[in-house]
Amino acid sequence: MPESTTATRAAAKLPRQAGTAQGTWGDDRAPARRRFDTGALLTHLLLSLGAFAMLFPFLWQLLTALKTMPESVRVPPTFLPEDWTWAAFEKVFTSLPFAEMLTNSALNTLGRTLGQLVFCSLAAYAFARMTFRGKNVLFAVFLSVLMVPSQLLILPQHQIIQQLGLLNSVPALFLPGMFSAFGTFLLRQFFLSLPRELEEAARIDGAGSFRIFWSIMLPLVRPALAALAVITSMWSWNDLLWPLVVNTDPETMPISAGLSSLEGQYLTDYPVLMAGSLIAGLPMILLYLFLQRHFVQGIALSGSKG
Amino acid sequence: MAVFPSTAAAQARNKPRRPRSQRAAYLFIAPIAIGFAVFYIWPLLQTFYFSFTSFGVFGGNSWIGGENYERVLQDVTVGRALLNTLLYTVMGLITLPVSIIIAELLNRPGLRGVAIYRALYFLPFVTLPAAIGLLWNWLYNGDYGLINEVLSWIGIDGRYWVSDPTTAAYAIGLVMIWSHVGYYLIIFLAGIKAIPRDYYEAAELDGAGPVRRFVRITLPLLSPSIFFTSVISVITSLQAFDLIYIMMSQRNPALGSTQSIVTLFYKWAFEENAQGPAAALAFLLMLLIAALTFLQFRLQKRWVHYA
Repeated sequence: MPESTTATRAAAKLPRQAGTAQGTWGDDRAPARRRFDTGALLTHLLLSLGAFAMLFPFLWQLLTALKTMPESVRVPPTFLPEDWTWAAFEKVFTSLPFAEMLTNSALNTLGRTLGQLVFCSLAAYAFARMTFRGKNVLFAVFLSVLMVPSQLLILPQHQIIQQLGLLNSVPALFLPGMFSAFGTFLLRQFFLSLPRELEEAARIDGAGSFRIFWSIMLPLVRPALAALAVITSMWSWNDLLWPLVVNTDPETMPISAGLSSLEGQYLTDYPVLMAGSLIAGLPMILLYLFLQRHFVQGIALSGSKG
Repeated sequence: MAVFPSTAAAQARNKPRRPRSQRAAYLFIAPIAIGFAVFYIWPLLQTFYFSFTSFGVFGGNSWIGGENYERVLQDVTVGRALLNTLLYTVMGLITLPVSIIIAELLNRPGLRGVAIYRALYFLPFVTLPAAIGLLWNWLYNGDYGLINEVLSWIGIDGRYWVSDPTTAAYAIGLVMIWSHVGYYLIIFLAGIKAIPRDYYEAAELDGAGPVRRFVRITLPLLSPSIFFTSVISVITSLQAFDLIYIMMSQRNPALGSTQSIVTLFYKWAFEENAQGPAAALAFLLMLLIAALTFLQFRLQKRWVHYA
């Protein structure tokens, strides 16, 4: 039964929910127990069914990647590979500059994320905590950037990158994505929630604007920075349209566009396609598993405030 | 810089020390403002200009007035792309009830393993759509795909799901649902957790069953989240591109019945050298997004309850 193992592992996470129900525990214990037998079991059954639908495609991806090409197209299919082989993974790395593509994706992700952390936090702080002429108009302009769909910008953006001589380069991948209206709004909300007294005290002590921002305010919004970093990393790694437009040379493609080339090259070699897509997805899956809290917070933050 | 004579003057009079901190504020905003100006605002104006021009073979563009818009509005492929895109939008909205039901199941008091379920449901959302597309193409494969194999166990003869024009768009839409369930689940779970337990306990004392509690308590109190996610979902679906691009090869016979507005835009702009019509199409897409978002905001008064 999966519950027994998940229960022990989840036990550490449980106190919060247990806490809310605590008030009723004292006198209600017997009926609660009875409900667990039927209702909770049914709930687990439905949820496990859904979880299976979410997880199984990935399992099938892995199993296919470990099969030989003839075995992968056998009818009826084998569940576990008869000859476990890493051949598909080797092929992925030898037939395309797959390692370079992974590096490009990493650099793209790093460039966009660092850029947003720096530029968005600076602007967000100014919008939240400083008064200056034209603030409302500028803020409205920022708001409009947030609402414009990216397709409207992509043709001229491509031309600008071309004019800068940056087509087929790593900076082309991350340059426009370093500036984010969404990130600015997210961080602004956080800066707005900090108490005024902190800044005033620092100002009386003679700290300048940048110093107040850097050593007092920025550390206080660390959770928001982490959430933004994680969400931006995911969008950057997964982005497809922009890389397809600017970097057509395999050596400079990120992995998302690389998978499209892989598909063109190995139309029916399913183990190779599965091995390639598995590797491409793995970094974000690992990032998510390790930084789950920040992912959830990033989603919840962007979700709670319209 | 924009000038506001009245307010600016008033501010200057009230707080004489402002200029120094103002300079700092501008310095704080300058980097992103320059980035926005170069990569967002200028391109927006340019696309607007492009939409009224024709691109010469040797570069340079000439003004042709509304011809691009006429072409877009009369083109049959645009009509089909629009219908496909609306289908994706409707299927995208189906994700919301699915996520709400899962969130409600996860909200059961004392349920164990919530974090693990949430992690599993969110997994497809963090995986890049390019990989998801390859994976599902393999599952959907007409000859060797697992889906048809499983269907054959119960005596159903499967189709070539993604190359059959009657099923391809639905097949893609289903993958969209699959990969977004976890995203909306997190938002709904946060919303449901914020509903006070007392409400449910009081309703239970009054004899309301689980379905009634869900309809009378969860849904109304979750309506702000539902409204927000439906806005996000419509905006996202109207811009559908990645999965369709990856799942449909150029030779796929179902290409026409799966093409979205954005895949058509990409084809025109970067494969067929029709930048002018592409720019016009992009503007019409923005109008569509704005119109549907506006409509949702207008309708929200009828069903969204803000506590």
